[in-house]
Amino acid sequence: MDALFFTDEHTMLVNMVRDFADNEITPIAAELDEVESFPRALVNQMAELGLMGIPIPEELGGAGMDTVAYAAAVMELGCADASVAITMAAHTSLGTSPIVIAGTDKQKKKFVPPLASGEMIGAFGLTEPEAGSDAGATKTRAVKKGNEYVVNGGKIFITNAGEAGILNLTSRIIDDGEDLGIGAFIVPTNTRGLKLGPKEKKMGWRASDTRQIFFEDMVIPAENMLGTPGKGFKTFLETLTGGRISVAALSVGTALGAYERALKYATERKAFGMEIHEFQAVGNKLADMATEIEAAKLLTFHAAWMKDQGKNIIKEAAMAKLFASEMAMKTTTEAIQILGGYGYVKEYDVERYFRDAKILEIGEGTSEIQRLIISKNIIKTVKGL
Amino acid sequence: MKIAVLVKQVPGAESPLPIHSNQKWVDEDAVAYVMNESDNYALEEALQIKEANSEGEVVVISLGPDRIQKVIREALAKGADRAIHIQIDTVGAIDPLATASHFADALKEENFDLIFSGLQSDDFGMAQTGVIIGEMLGMATASLVMAIETGGGKIKVKRELEAGWFQWVSLSLPASLTIQSGLNTPRYPSLKGIMGAKKKEIKVVTPNPVEANQSLEKIYVPHSDKQTVMIEGSVDQMVEKLIHTFRNDIKVL
Repeated sequence: MDALFFTDEHTMLVNMVRDFADNEITPIAAELDEVESFPRALVNQMAELGLMGIPIPEELGGAGMDTVAYAAAVMELGCADASVAITMAAHTSLGTSPIVIAGTDKQKKKFVPPLASGEMIGAFGLTEPEAGSDAGATKTRAVKKGNEYVVNGGKIFITNAGEAGILNLTSRIIDDGEDLGIGAFIVPTNTRGLKLGPKEKKMGWRASDTRQIFFEDMVIPAENMLGTPGKGFKTFLETLTGGRISVAALSVGTALGAYERALKYATERKAFGMEIHEFQAVGNKLADMATEIEAAKLLTFHAAWMKDQGKNIIKEAAMAKLFASEMAMKTTTEAIQILGGYGYVKEYDVERYFRDAKILEIGEGTSEIQRLIISKNIIKTVKGL
Repeated sequence: MKIAVLVKQVPGAESPLPIHSNQKWVDEDAVAYVMNESDNYALEEALQIKEANSEGEVVVISLGPDRIQKVIREALAKGADRAIHIQIDTVGAIDPLATASHFADALKEENFDLIFSGLQSDDFGMAQTGVIIGEMLGMATASLVMAIETGGGKIKVKRELEAGWFQWVSLSLPASLTIQSGLNTPRYPSLKGIMGAKKKEIKVVTPNPVEANQSLEKIYVPHSDKQTVMIEGSVDQMVEKLIHTFRNDIKVL
């Protein structure tokens, strides 16, 4: 399959990331998970290698590679450690890409280079207690005063929040008493009035930094507004499909990590005088896992490839994210089953993949929301809308 | 400082190694290839010397069929300036003298200050190529190098001896050094390096034929056949039977 989507550069990138992950990440992944420690040293190393700005144009300080390259790197990192992978992915697809897509030339030149080089980490604040996929229900308010906006409100579940230098946040825009709808700002996190909640204690992705963020009379210059508020902005959020491709790729990586361990175990462990993969009950599980991982990988790379062709991939990104995340949950569950009791203890490292998998069915739009998006898009084709 | 680094593409430590049906070598289509381990350290050492001196050139040289361009590109992505590919079919070729003369031919007109090679290849493990090249090109030569100090038109190298002993040797330039694994921390290729690698020159040369003095006749998995025979009886009987077995069955007496 690789030959279908990969150039020589993609292959070299994958080999490099795999080497890096094997040597630098895998040996410390279990410990990072255990102590919930943000992988700052790894992020710095990844920044030096150019991994914090893979799909960002060279003139803005990125590597200038494509979405296929980015997805392949997220997969390889995710195979070693989902926390490291989501840190890079959220930084890139949510913290940096929106500025590249919707920013003015001035905003791009000012904010993107330090993000693309990995010198600064980026985050994206959309979700609120009553708004997520339903961005229209956003309660955070930005009221225009002269050449500035005063922002009040808060965001929840923000990946990289405590480590980020730049936060892209969504808000209602109020100008002269009129609600203009949803808009966004690029906010340096040292802005007065921005306050961080404590680090969330999570089931998985434990080394990733997730927090609530509060805005109390936070003053943002009007020139930091990203895009134009209103209906067009909602469309912009819908086309922000990079996050779904990230989660799809991370799902494939998470599943692969668990599958590889189950495969190894099944060829080593013996029962009743046979290696356990020789029992059809186990062999069939391995066959299903391998097949479904391959299918999810194809959906993911196909969506990434379509994005690189400049096509609308709302449906394809949702399909890849839906299938891959549910596949990852199933595969990590079966991997524990193959290892039996060892799968349940931390030393064998498979339960970490299982815990890291569940969020994949939730973040960037739940499975239920993905099905809603897909069904809306296929109904459209019948109704000729 | 102009440095040549010899790199070899070898089967990876975890690669499957099925024997080809012609029994001349493994089935190359099934092999996962990597850069020879000690060559990777040699490349890193060359890049570090160039960076420390803020001038010079690192040229990577490899010998083999088209597939070896993968390790050449990897070396270019890590920072080598250009490459020479000596294009030759290497199946069944195991004569270090022939290998070294191909390299010597390609190297001699370039006037390198230093020629680095890995201590030995992970597939055949001859450990001779770098030493023979040094001899052929009339260069000072040191093997098993674990540290290098440059300066004043000379170099000092630390060599690994037996039983935990080391030796520091001064050499005049030009010199050929074979590098031991572990003397530095090889870098990963950066994305910038990967994207830039295809713009770098790979000069492909066809070598003059050299008569090989040795070649691979046949490779096969050794057949292991273990038989245990219990010899019973009185001491005299046992000795008699044992001698009979040594003389007639095992034929060692």
